[in-house]
Amino acid sequence: MTTTAVRPPTRHSAPVKTTHRAERLWKASPLTMIGLIFGVLLSLFPFYWMIVIASRTNDAANSWPPPFLPGGKLGENIERVLANSDANILKGLMNSFLVAGTITVATVFFGSLAGFAFAKLRFRGKNALLLIILTSMMVPIQLGVLPLYILMAKLDWLNTMPSVTVPFLIGGFGIFMMRQYAEQAVPNELIEAARVDGCSTWRVYWHVVAPALRPAAAVLGLLTFMEQWNQFFWPFVVLADPSNPTVQISLRSLNTAYFADNSQIFAGTLIATLPLFVVFVLFGRQIIGGIMEGAVKS
Amino acid sequence: MSLDLHAAAPPEPGAPRSARHTRRRAASMTRLDLKYSPYLYVLPFFVIFAVFGVYPIAYTVWIALTDRSPLNPTISFVGMDNFVELITEDPQFWNAVVNTFGMFALSTVPQLLLALMLANALNRKLRAQTFFRMAIAMPIITSTAVVALIFSMLYAKDFGLVNWLLDSIGLDPIDWRANRFASWFAISTMVDWRWVGYNALIYLAAMQSISKDMYEAAALDGASRRRQFWSITVPQLRPTIIFTLIISTIGGLQLFTEPLLFTSGSGGLSGGSEGQFQTITMYLLDVMNQRFRWGYAGAVALVLFVLIALMSAINYLLARRISSDK
Repeated sequence: MTTTAVRPPTRHSAPVKTTHRAERLWKASPLTMIGLIFGVLLSLFPFYWMIVIASRTNDAANSWPPPFLPGGKLGENIERVLANSDANILKGLMNSFLVAGTITVATVFFGSLAGFAFAKLRFRGKNALLLIILTSMMVPIQLGVLPLYILMAKLDWLNTMPSVTVPFLIGGFGIFMMRQYAEQAVPNELIEAARVDGCSTWRVYWHVVAPALRPAAAVLGLLTFMEQWNQFFWPFVVLADPSNPTVQISLRSLNTAYFADNSQIFAGTLIATLPLFVVFVLFGRQIIGGIMEGAVKS
Repeated sequence: MSLDLHAAAPPEPGAPRSARHTRRRAASMTRLDLKYSPYLYVLPFFVIFAVFGVYPIAYTVWIALTDRSPLNPTISFVGMDNFVELITEDPQFWNAVVNTFGMFALSTVPQLLLALMLANALNRKLRAQTFFRMAIAMPIITSTAVVALIFSMLYAKDFGLVNWLLDSIGLDPIDWRANRFASWFAISTMVDWRWVGYNALIYLAAMQSISKDMYEAAALDGASRRRQFWSITVPQLRPTIIFTLIISTIGGLQLFTEPLLFTSGSGGLSGGSEGQFQTITMYLLDVMNQRFRWGYAGAVALVLFVLIALMSAINYLLARRISSDK
């Protein structure tokens, strides 16, 4: 998935003098602006709608015409969904933090270690191993879902958090991203100098490479946490028992209830999205930068 | 980079009595370190991948050739029977294939076109650039489950916002779950809402690395903006378009959460009363966990994989052809 979009990031830094014509060429036309604002509204509306329904009584949520403004029942709905014994959403939140957090730490650590090895160390079979990693990124989990399920049953991991954590501790994407970054962010001279000073490979990693990789590690961590927090398919398969869910599986339990209580479901979606909303508000620029950088480089 | 030059660590000042011995040992340690550390560093991935990636896939191939089931006390080898049954006498599987490809096409084409247009707009000189980018990217923080639940309510038959909108412009309300095409449309909008902004950012990044001189030259020659878009931007974006197309193919053919949660209550795996929006992955879990035909489920998984690989290859060739024609 990575060799396709290779394009060196030739920055078109603003020329010394921007001509009037060039200026006009890049101005957004009114039509463009209208389209853009329409796009933004479409993009944000479901978030607004989430708040509207989550703050209404269920009767108001299911009325005609539908409500368009938030009501005053948000706290009540949140209390109800937290107390819902089918969904176990508090447990789900804690599990999701644990699972996504563990995978994030492991991915950043193993990813930077392997990325360093692929970018800066010489060893036999390097290219073949890298190719295996690239190929692994193309394989959908569905392909092995059944034996993986049987394996989890044998390990006695069904309905426990290791089943949704251990298989994802390190993936090809993390290694590849760190390798790309290490290649250009860590000068060979720096590594050689550390070697001359008698540093072992581990010390080179720890004292020279790891600090240089920090910006990429932060982005990888953010993307990994978001991805894992939102994981659904595999947890759905192995966490069938609703008493020990991740937060996404809690949402599923809310949805399978006999009586669909929309204001409660929406309060649930609000709770499940809130942590990532906070992450996005704090680190949105880095996340967007990461997506855009990845697109150009990988 | 010739690290071997430094394999011998320089002697330390004030070395102890058996300095030569220590030095030799340090040198051999360094050699070991240089030789084996790289393997150690890449090892975690290969351990995880072997146990949770390769082994299950190999096992799937084996299982697909048997009639294994938790209900059967014995397992017998059945050769290609599962595949023959799947391909020649299983209308429900083909229904799932048609649904999956239908929703894939219905979501991917508008998704990538909209993303291209959005990126093109974001590539203009804009005030509040960061705000626009953040707002467009915001849907990526939602999980597919959250998206499915929100849109399920927007598409509710009786009190849904979409039907209210239809009603207010004088159209008949639609039963979004009952009708095949309507359900495909509804599910495709869920996919698109979440992914358009993400793809737009990828296109934007690629657009920013296109030299502006080309546009200025084209403008001097009197090319309109539309013309510039199709004759410069799109061809220059070819590798990126292929990249997003392949990513969308892999994701689209695995479609699962949105159609699953589109049904409220239990029984989501059947994808509507007549399976009108059951995807291949839903069918796979249906066979595996409701009918307990594990051997057969293995065959479904393998065929799904072949379809994904085929579609990725076709899309790749198609995208190359299309954008080189322009």
